[in-house]
Amino acid sequence: MSSLPLPANLERFPDLHPALSSQAALVEANRCLYCFDAPCTAACPTHIDVPRFIRKIATGNLHGSALTILASNILGLSCSRVCPVEILCEGACVLHRYNEQPIQIGRLQRDAMDHFYDGGARLPAPRAAARPGRIACIGGGPASLACAAELPAHGCDVTIFESRPLAGGLNTYGIAEYKLRPSDSLREVELIRSMGVRFETAEVGRSVSIAQIEAEYDLIFLGAGLGAMRRLGIPGEDLAGVIDALTFIADYKTAGTVDVGKRVAVIGGGNTAIDAANAARRLGAEEVHVLYRRSEKHMPAFSFEYQRSRQEGVRFHWLVRPVAIHASDSAPQRAGAVECVRVDANSPDGDTRPEPVLIPGSNFLLACDMVIPALGQSRLWSFLEADRGIQFENKCVAVDRATGQTANPRYFAGGDCVNGGREVVDAVAGGKRAARAMIRVLEARHG
Amino acid sequence: MADLTTVFAGIRCPNPFWLASGPPANCGEQVMRAFDEGWGGAVWKTLGDPIVNVCSRYSAVDWNGQRMMGFNNIELITDRPLELNLREIAEVKKRYPGHAVIASLMVESKREAWHEIVRRAEDSGADGLELNFGCPHGMSERGMGSAVGQVPEYARMITEWVKEAARTPVLVKLTPNITDIRAISRAARRGGADGLSAINTLNSITGIDLDTFTPRPNVGGYSAHGGYCGPAVKPIALHMIQQIAGDAETNLPVSGIGGTSGWREAAKFLLMGCGTVQVCTAVMHYGYRIVEDMIDGLSHWMDRKGFRTVDDFRGLSLPRITGWKHLDLNFRIVARIDPAKCIGCDLCYIACWDGAHQCIHLDRAPGDGNGPVVPAQIEAASRSRIAVTPIAKLATSPIDDGGHGPYRTPLARIPRVDESECVGCNLCALVCPVENCITMQEVPTGLPRESWEQRATAAASRTGH
Repeated sequence: MSSLPLPANLERFPDLHPALSSQAALVEANRCLYCFDAPCTAACPTHIDVPRFIRKIATGNLHGSALTILASNILGLSCSRVCPVEILCEGACVLHRYNEQPIQIGRLQRDAMDHFYDGGARLPAPRAAARPGRIACIGGGPASLACAAELPAHGCDVTIFESRPLAGGLNTYGIAEYKLRPSDSLREVELIRSMGVRFETAEVGRSVSIAQIEAEYDLIFLGAGLGAMRRLGIPGEDLAGVIDALTFIADYKTAGTVDVGKRVAVIGGGNTAIDAANAARRLGAEEVHVLYRRSEKHMPAFSFEYQRSRQEGVRFHWLVRPVAIHASDSAPQRAGAVECVRVDANSPDGDTRPEPVLIPGSNFLLACDMVIPALGQSRLWSFLEADRGIQFENKCVAVDRATGQTANPRYFAGGDCVNGGREVVDAVAGGKRAARAMIRVLEARHG
Repeated sequence: MADLTTVFAGIRCPNPFWLASGPPANCGEQVMRAFDEGWGGAVWKTLGDPIVNVCSRYSAVDWNGQRMMGFNNIELITDRPLELNLREIAEVKKRYPGHAVIASLMVESKREAWHEIVRRAEDSGADGLELNFGCPHGMSERGMGSAVGQVPEYARMITEWVKEAARTPVLVKLTPNITDIRAISRAARRGGADGLSAINTLNSITGIDLDTFTPRPNVGGYSAHGGYCGPAVKPIALHMIQQIAGDAETNLPVSGIGGTSGWREAAKFLLMGCGTVQVCTAVMHYGYRIVEDMIDGLSHWMDRKGFRTVDDFRGLSLPRITGWKHLDLNFRIVARIDPAKCIGCDLCYIACWDGAHQCIHLDRAPGDGNGPVVPAQIEAASRSRIAVTPIAKLATSPIDDGGHGPYRTPLARIPRVDESECVGCNLCALVCPVENCITMQEVPTGLPRESWEQRATAAASRTGH
């Protein structure tokens, strides 16, 4: 685990958006108009002062630029690589209206962040404010990291409880390698550790009880994300060669154990399905088929992700629903084909998208030796509802939007467990918002 | 079709574009390649007693990611033997009889020395002489270059010595490192000069290495002031040329130098009264080949404007420069923002508030009537709005026109000019990144033209003074 990223992955998964050279960064930074009250800043969920950090790149003040980014978003490094900037900051760039390419904000942010981490990740010494307050962050992913990073400067004692061997959550285990390498995610974890945040490897509810945490900590932040990927619920799901997308991605990123098949079927139409399909191609699959039960226009993946995947050679099958996975003739314990049924293109609308109606007798077999379901993650933590008075909404933790506070005032929450699974930057915003609200609660308590 | 043929102070050349005296005109091989690319003339790198140069010699000012907005050198005159230079001048003139070759000269301030160099340069076949009274570094410490060009009596005396011996036109190259350049241009005239070249480089220190604290260019840990040129000096050059070209007591043809890198700058020098335009830094940056577009671009522009020869427009802008006291106080313009072109960067807003007269407002959107008034309040309102509002839903298309109004930019981001408060300063139009989005439009005042001088005279006569 210490030698991440795996050398083979460096070759197979070159950076999607390579770093800018310093001269190119200077030219790009100087293209920024330095808008007043800039729309890019408003479009960033963490509200990084984009024109300010870009101007600092233009003046050669790269350290100041990095600190400007980190002041709003402690995961500025991973966000610079994984943010869907096309629809966030860069999407809001005023240059679109001038028929010009938007400023490459993501790559400029990466430039400042690379400089910061390559230069030893020096943060200014925190103010030594002693305000007793103990906070537990449950889950070690982006939301908890962002939450925890806000707290030591206010004198809080913070512990992150993470069940996996490495912290960072999906940043470490779940993001496509050509976007973010686990080593970069771990650099951010180390930065936050250096701020005085403690990390404990423990699964809350098993090796440490929630009651124990409540006894030891004043406030608790839930940043546990979501649970395992949802199952297909069809025959053959437990055959060898069937592996859910997040496990598949975590394995190839951190363990190097994946033996990808020749013909791979990915089931689902979200960004994770796309990541898994692209990875399967890069890992050597000759054919990768994405099976989605609705049509192209209803696919939840971002369109630029979809386009990129087509360039990788991934094939898309619309309006098909898997109904069974059949064993291979030669190896009865292994998957050999997915049986699908076609879906009526004119299925009636559901809440927001059509509810697929199957066409009887349209069954067909798609031969494959690996099946990767990517149906989204299940929800965790339902026991908290009964035991701790936390309320849920659409199977997500319900919070006050301005503070992240749950129905139980000692509990705050943010990230995927609140929003159902969105971008890293949304998790950072949720964690930061909750941290600031928790500081206000503690400060009020201590007068 | 435009005819660029030029006769300057009696010197004929196919076009008014000359290499200025400097590294690009250091030897015959270079000058011949330059003529092959299209240059009309060349002022040879200054002849004199060969010197020894230091290294390094150049430094530059980069601007906004662009290289060499300004350029600085501490190189001296030619370091080649005089005989070699003269032999190559003769060779060039033999092969390119129709092109202008001017010998730039600088020797110690002795009559015999000047007579000698003038005679030898002319014997080599040079079409004219340029007296280097401008070089501001190194040579000036030895009593030459700008040390001569800063003292009218010296400039006149040496010009007279040269004229005693010269048979070809004599140009005096002026230094800008002087309070009033006309003192020297008039001295040159009185000394018998046939023309002027202006400007030479400006005294400069381009920058300091922030790690070693040594200014650039670094010569073994030390530096010396150099001569500044390149695009940055064009406005200074144009002003000084206007001063001498518009001066009745000087009344000499001027070869314009300073920051020209293309036909547009060249056209401006010609409009300011220059007969030829000399170029050095842009050639050092891009090579001789830039002259192709200088010829091409100037010709097309002349065709569009209906000018057949350079003389048709030479000096047309000179009468348009006057004293401030003669400007019309009753001429009024105001800024108008085209909301259909505005992209919402709001640079004009902050520029007007912080750098001008606080007459541009962000109050177009409904409900903004009682809203924030100063920039800090607008920023604070944004911060409070966005600090607690999670981005509700990811947009699917990059351009959010948001349905805020009839324009592609949200109304709340399209600034409005309070025309009653606008002083017509141009600042907003200058900072606006969009072509023709902010235009300055005349507002008739109905008042007759009235200058400060007229107003002061009228006031004085009213009070009986």
